[in-house]
Amino acid sequence: MSDIAFIRREIAPMEPPPMVIGGPVGWVRKNLFSGWFNITLTAVSVVLIALIVPPLLKFYIFDAVWTGDNRESCLVASGACWPFVKAKFGQFVYGFYPIAERWRPNLVFAFGAILLAGLLIPRAPFKRWNAILFFGVFPIAALILLGGGDFSLNQFIIGRIVPLAAMLHGVQIFGLTLSFWLDFVVSSALIVVATYFIANALGAEGGFTARAAATLLIGIGAVLLALDFDFGLVPVETRQWGGLLVTLVVSVTGIVTSLPLGILLALGRRSHLPIVRIFSVCFIEFWRGVPLITVLFFATYMLPLFLPGGLTVDGLLRALIGVALFSAAYMAEVVRGGLQAIPKGQTEAANALGLGYWQTMGRIVMPQALTLVIPGIVNNFIGLFKDTTLVLIVALFDLLGQIRAAFSDPDWATPTTLFTGFAFAGVVYFIFCFGMSRYSMYIERRTSAGRRR
Amino acid sequence: MADITAPSAPKRERSSLLTNPRTRSLLIQGFLFIVVAVAFWFFIANGRDNLAARNIATGFGFLHQTSGFDISQSLIRYDDTSTYGRVFFVGLLNTLLVSAIGIVFATIIGFIVGISRLSKNWLLSKLAEVYVEVIRNLPLLFQILFWYLGVLAAMPAARQSISLFGLAYVNNRGVVLVRPIFNEGSGVVGLALLAGIVLAILVRWWAHRRQMQTGQPFPVIRTSLALVFGLPLLAFLVMGAPIVIEWPELRGFNFNGGIRITPEFVALLLALSTYTGAFIAEIVRAGIMAVNRGQTEASESLGLRTGPTLRLVVVPQALRVIIPPLTSQYLNLTKNSSLAVAIGYPDFFAVFAGTTLNQTGQAIEIIAMTMAVYLTISLFTSSLMNLYNRRMALVER
Repeated sequence: MSDIAFIRREIAPMEPPPMVIGGPVGWVRKNLFSGWFNITLTAVSVVLIALIVPPLLKFYIFDAVWTGDNRESCLVASGACWPFVKAKFGQFVYGFYPIAERWRPNLVFAFGAILLAGLLIPRAPFKRWNAILFFGVFPIAALILLGGGDFSLNQFIIGRIVPLAAMLHGVQIFGLTLSFWLDFVVSSALIVVATYFIANALGAEGGFTARAAATLLIGIGAVLLALDFDFGLVPVETRQWGGLLVTLVVSVTGIVTSLPLGILLALGRRSHLPIVRIFSVCFIEFWRGVPLITVLFFATYMLPLFLPGGLTVDGLLRALIGVALFSAAYMAEVVRGGLQAIPKGQTEAANALGLGYWQTMGRIVMPQALTLVIPGIVNNFIGLFKDTTLVLIVALFDLLGQIRAAFSDPDWATPTTLFTGFAFAGVVYFIFCFGMSRYSMYIERRTSAGRRR
Repeated sequence: MADITAPSAPKRERSSLLTNPRTRSLLIQGFLFIVVAVAFWFFIANGRDNLAARNIATGFGFLHQTSGFDISQSLIRYDDTSTYGRVFFVGLLNTLLVSAIGIVFATIIGFIVGISRLSKNWLLSKLAEVYVEVIRNLPLLFQILFWYLGVLAAMPAARQSISLFGLAYVNNRGVVLVRPIFNEGSGVVGLALLAGIVLAILVRWWAHRRQMQTGQPFPVIRTSLALVFGLPLLAFLVMGAPIVIEWPELRGFNFNGGIRITPEFVALLLALSTYTGAFIAEIVRAGIMAVNRGQTEASESLGLRTGPTLRLVVVPQALRVIIPPLTSQYLNLTKNSSLAVAIGYPDFFAVFAGTTLNQTGQAIEIIAMTMAVYLTISLFTSSLMNLYNRRMALVER
């Protein structure tokens, strides 16, 4: 039994020590140089970085001109001309808003930022009040502050039949037109009484319906009162607005109006009432099928044709209407995604408890669905924020439009003015959009924490 | 205990027509219908009155009028004596041209960047991530203007053109490309190319069948390449080199010969394809990541190498996730090409809703036609998409 094939007689040669797999050296070896293909990729990347990063740094920082008062200081430099941005900064932010009145947009920015921060930070208290303030009170306050308020109101309902305005000779108290308010109070009272009787006749709770109508009318009245009241602000036409102010006004209006509209459309699209569903589908598919720029053209050139003769709509308002309708359609699809993700059992359980449609939606389904789609809403907002640049095609001056207009200023005509403008605009847009996208990712992680395994 | 009271009949709730689901649904729908109908009637009546007040005649007669303006780029014969109807088609073709080329480039960029983001090479994946984040977070119009005003307008004059291997010259008037000239006999080369493609498809089909029956593989890729490139090359040599290349030459202050491409087209194409490419990269990445890691492991344990694993296992499953959002990106690119109006590329929107609208004042007809065109393109694409989805959807029990 001695035919064993092999017996080791001496100690085997030592193996070389294993490559470092830990620490920075091991990391570099594993991630950058783990084979000829990987080494090639690293080389290509290094070349790309060398081509891109140093020129950018030079342009933004090292070769840039930081001080100076006019174009002379920037004529020889090969980097950015930051004095140009400094000199034009007010225009980039406010457009041609009167300099003495710039505290008004500042106040709006500050209010908006505080309310938005309260809404966006998950731990901040008073979410409900915050939302009411941001979606209800803030837009009206912003409108009054930015535009000056003191709108002239003429007739409500009765005034169209009875010539109240002529009888009261347009008397005004604190900017409030007396004839209009008399008209409003009388008409409202009549409406409330009429609702009570109609509801009773149909067999519903008359008192309840009348109270609801009264609440609604008081709300409308409060808004109108604020708009009509003379706060003594200098009126500033929207033609003078511009820059970041217009960018923010358009995008925030878009989001504030499109959210409720989008929710209604999403509910309509999932409704089992055929006419409601068909209308919603048509509306959504129509606006989603056309480019935003055709919508803006539609709002700018066609809207005036479809309104009663003599009624002129402000240029900015027209663009706002277009943007709101357009983004409502996209918002509807986002919300619908959230609604579809809620199990049917939730609705059935709510029905079993005896909740009606609006109670089921408002208290059970929507809160869950909206929490789910916050990232989608934020992404929508990022898209809207970027799309506001298109208003420059219909002759409104947003941030990009204002910067572009500044290129042609002969006082600042230097070889690098154009690039400086693009560099500045790029940084501003990037900060806004990147910040929002990070926020949406943070919320996504937070809301999916419970479902992650 | 005989004191049992007879159960009283349940008191009928005070019910009304309003609480009956059927009447309610009819009421709500009727109300909505009436509101929408009244709104439409209101707008239409206003429109009619306004048009009458401004003496604007409605109708599509203007399509037969002479346009009287020039278009810098046209795929079909066009001059300033052509009609507005022809302007419509010139613009439409320009839009389709820039969209089609943009889609090709965006797809290439998107797949390269998307796969780079998943690369094991840390540097490359970070580079791809930075590209995606920067491009996605800047407005498209900003990028179009940047390419147009910042890059192409800053190119040197024609005499100092930047040469790309002599195949193309870039200057501030756009790009000049070499132009192939098809002489007599080129048709044969084209036919050979067509035959090569058909034969390659047949070979593939035959090889697949044979492998299913006998298990014998066949080098399909090598054969196909030989067929697709070899046959035309053979025909090219046999016919005595019928296709010659016209090299652009610098004469005086400009180039002679070659294909001239306007800077507007180049800027729009670059902006659209890099922008959409960043979005496609994210879609590709998500698609590949959606394929379960177990699929790769299972295919490796069956003995498949990296190539076949990717080709036969990962990619088919990833495509199912990738293609629907990819199509919507293509659609977005087509819609976004309307931003051409900002830099003056004569796309459909610029020449029709821009110039033609300005000259004729037929706002209602023109904007309605414009919207209808984009709507048709998008509804057509999404219906194709739904068909595809139905075919590709997982068949589950």
